[in-house]
Amino acid sequence: MDFSLVQRVFPFFVEAAWITIEISVLSLALGLIVAFLVAAAKMSRSLPLRAFGSAYVSLFRGTPCLIQLFVIYFGGPQIGINLEPFAAGVIGLGLNIGAYMAEAIRGAILSVDRGQTEAARSIGFSRFQTMRKVVLPQAARLMIRPLGVNAVALVKGSALVSTISVVELTYTAQRYIGSTYKPFEIFGVAAVLYMLIVYVVARIVDLLDRRYAIA
Amino acid sequence: MQGLDFSVVPPYADILWMGVWWTAVLTVSAAAISFIFGVGFALVVLYAPKAVALPVRAFMWLFMGTPLLLQLFLIYYGLGQLGFKIPALVAGIIGLGLHFAVYNADILRAGIVAVDVGQTEGARSLGFGRFQTLRYFIVPQAVRNTIPAMGNNLIVLLKESSLVSIIGIAELVHAAQLAISETFRPFEFYITVAALYYILNLVLEAGLRRVEQNVEVSR
Repeated sequence: MDFSLVQRVFPFFVEAAWITIEISVLSLALGLIVAFLVAAAKMSRSLPLRAFGSAYVSLFRGTPCLIQLFVIYFGGPQIGINLEPFAAGVIGLGLNIGAYMAEAIRGAILSVDRGQTEAARSIGFSRFQTMRKVVLPQAARLMIRPLGVNAVALVKGSALVSTISVVELTYTAQRYIGSTYKPFEIFGVAAVLYMLIVYVVARIVDLLDRRYAIA
Repeated sequence: MQGLDFSVVPPYADILWMGVWWTAVLTVSAAAISFIFGVGFALVVLYAPKAVALPVRAFMWLFMGTPLLLQLFLIYYGLGQLGFKIPALVAGIIGLGLHFAVYNADILRAGIVAVDVGQTEGARSLGFGRFQTLRYFIVPQAVRNTIPAMGNNLIVLLKESSLVSIIGIAELVHAAQLAISETFRPFEFYITVAALYYILNLVLEAGLRRVEQNVEVSR
């Protein structure tokens, strides 16, 4: 183990870790928006919307995230979409995780007892009111865990954007492995930072889960 | 901006088929490793003495907390540094295999613990040794009960096998990149590759459903 190397490269890795955090947070935000829209589409009464929701989930979950990023970043210019690597990364990861999170949201909504909907409807709530005031508040609790699992997966999945030359943790690690030939030391540094981020995300999910748990 | 033209794809059909073939080879080989090592890790974590179990647990913890891509770099360059000159394909199979072995081990550990204690007691009282009890009674039941969960891992493995293109293995993504370097048509080829993965995925899912049904019937 070459600890002077670790000391020397560490500041660069901390900087790269911030990019990983930025990418993760932004694509998580985008993913949540996409997920709620897609879940709503999948559960709507309109057949075309339902078909769209199902197709979205099936296509984004049935193909590799790497290819989705490549289509957006390398294929985009051919259809007039020119994106910086960072923006392409956020959009690619966000659209991808959105498909997984949509299923988590839908699952939570479906597991709220049907009687709740029936009762709300029978006392005169509209479908929208029932969803917003009765079902969603109860489903929100049930979503925290599965969405948290997705958030952790997203942090690790964000390594993929290194392939479209976003200078985040994995990109930095790859570059230093190539220039120093010290794969174990470099992996160690990157691993510590990834696990720190993952740990913080898991803690936040734990706290939210406990905060909103049914007493 | 140029128009899209999918007629550039068919001339590269042979190369893409080779890519599909290698993606299948990678997935199957890595799946075998992930299963064998998954069982091994689960048994070690549950039954081995602490001195052996702790390093394995640390390894599992490390591989669950870091990205697969990073692990592939570690294995590809790390084994080289340790003096093992292995081809990229082998490094890719080992990397994918170990990554998913960790996830399978986690599932199997829970599956083994969930097998009824009466099974162990029954086997032991019939005179089977501790190892035989595991080998013939506990592990087979745990594997059978965890097939759906491990099947999900296999589906993820198929998609994640695309990552090994980064260390230069000539699978499906790499085949597309080759074609793109000659035609400058990334959109058409990556969409084609996405479609091929989607089909592979459907085939795998159908296969897994059949396996699950057979297991269900023979119960």
